[in-house]
Amino acid sequence: MSKKYDAGVKEYRDTYWTPDYVPLDTDLLACFKCTGQEGVPREEVAAAVAAESSTGTWSTVWSELLTDLEFYKGRCYRIEDVPGDKESFYAFIAYPLDLFEEGSITNVLTSLVGNVFGFKALRHLRLEDIRFPMAFIKTCGGPPNGIVVERDRLNKYGRPLLGCTIKPKLGLSGKNYGRVVYECLRGGLDLTKDDENINSQPFQRWRERFEFVAEAVKLAQQETGEVKGHYLNCTATTPEEMYERAEFAKELDMPIIMHDYITGGFTANTGLANWCRKNGMLLHIHRAMHAVIDRHPKHGIHFRVLAKCLRLSGGDQLHTGTVVGKLEGDRQTTLGYIDNLRESFVPEDRTRGNFFDQDWGSMPGVFAVASGGIHVWHMPALLAIFGDDSCLQFGGGTHGHPWGSAAGAAANRVALEACVKARNAGREIEKESRDILMEAAKHSPELAIALETWKEIKFEFDTVDKLDVQ
Amino acid sequence: MPFQSTVGDYQTVATLETFGFLPPMTQDEIYDQIAYIIAQGWSPVIEHVHPSGSMQTYWSYWKLPFFGEKDLNVVVNELEACHRAYPDHHVRMVGYDAYTQSQGTAFVVFEGR
Repeated sequence: MSKKYDAGVKEYRDTYWTPDYVPLDTDLLACFKCTGQEGVPREEVAAAVAAESSTGTWSTVWSELLTDLEFYKGRCYRIEDVPGDKESFYAFIAYPLDLFEEGSITNVLTSLVGNVFGFKALRHLRLEDIRFPMAFIKTCGGPPNGIVVERDRLNKYGRPLLGCTIKPKLGLSGKNYGRVVYECLRGGLDLTKDDENINSQPFQRWRERFEFVAEAVKLAQQETGEVKGHYLNCTATTPEEMYERAEFAKELDMPIIMHDYITGGFTANTGLANWCRKNGMLLHIHRAMHAVIDRHPKHGIHFRVLAKCLRLSGGDQLHTGTVVGKLEGDRQTTLGYIDNLRESFVPEDRTRGNFFDQDWGSMPGVFAVASGGIHVWHMPALLAIFGDDSCLQFGGGTHGHPWGSAAGAAANRVALEACVKARNAGREIEKESRDILMEAAKHSPELAIALETWKEIKFEFDTVDKLDVQ
Repeated sequence: MPFQSTVGDYQTVATLETFGFLPPMTQDEIYDQIAYIIAQGWSPVIEHVHPSGSMQTYWSYWKLPFFGEKDLNVVVNELEACHRAYPDHHVRMVGYDAYTQSQGTAFVVFEGR
């Protein structure tokens, strides 16, 4: 039925607050944590968020009568209290599928976290979670290869992958850098990694690095009889240069490249993931800049959303933090989003921070990467938390070994395998961690020295013990 | 400069992937790992290859995968039979996961020479 044009300003809630609405399976659902300006009713704030992130603008406009906005508008269908927080609330918003371009994470984020975040009626706004409908997921390429294919390519089964970042992160020449790669890989690591800020600087141009690293990878592979790789960072100034680097990595017969998906952007990332799928290349994803967006509890985007977006945009491995040494709540949250990286169905579970059931259908899984400030003493906890479908990366814990990177790598490999073996044999690896590591060190002087070197770093019995009662 | 006697010389070793950095397992330890495979609901698979082919994707099956086999002793006997038939081959134990179509685990039990 046609409507009359009535110029002026309407309250958002008249149009966008629809508590009776039952979301469709094809709707994209979002949960925002909203903190409104004082005196603005919750419904008005929530409706404003729905409006400004979909079809609405501040004023009624004549041209909206040229279409059926009822069909296109986003709707706030539920408001919930935030436990223990009086000033904020959760707003659940349903967006019709047709608001989004097929397969475009860029487009989804431009809508959901675009202008609305600067909206004056809000003090803070945080996108907590998105439920992507299957109808949208099926339009996304997703991980170029996924966990299963990556394992087959790298011939690694029954344990986490073991890696490390090459250090110092900046300032090494190509040849010196390749040396460090070689030392790590010959010592027993599966993979080494370019630091995220290694792109193509004056001290080491990318082609120089790629060539020396390729030689190191091939030599280590030949000498150890195991499959090796190094994440060659293809993040670049322009997409054209990014693809040029990726092509060269392929020419060198390297198995894996790397991209920084937030600084590089989702459009670049999706493009590179598509290139990887087409060229049989694995893709490691770094997440520089994420903490700027996800760290504030009331403003920004939660990392679980960024992780889901990455799985859709495409990547075979994604950094997720390490949990170890942080708060107990962080552990639950991390488990919540690593489920969303790896599983085919993740149920709503507020204790893990997941606000929706999320069905991933046939989308391949992404390896969770734990990296940063971890060493051999953390190994049992890391294995218990992250499980086999993870990549554990020890930077300082490899290069900081008194005998050098090769021995540091061997120490980590021995520790990892000892923990896996103990777990499989039914031992409680977190409770018995000290015994397991000390036993393993009896036949590995490299591990014995590593345990000695890092023994002063507090071993968190408290945290580890708590894990068992979960 | 004094001689740095505290620094050891790490020598590269050729290894065969998972558990390659641990000393050879005792019989009981091998049993534990096979029991784990069975407990996960994976199918035990025995594969072997001449050491010169250890980096091939495909090693030869010993017979067929032991689909649905729950008896630890059957698997152990087959492992030993494979080793007797190919004493100079590497023999590895695989836990095949039909749900993921991946190997839940894989490790070498007998090293050929």
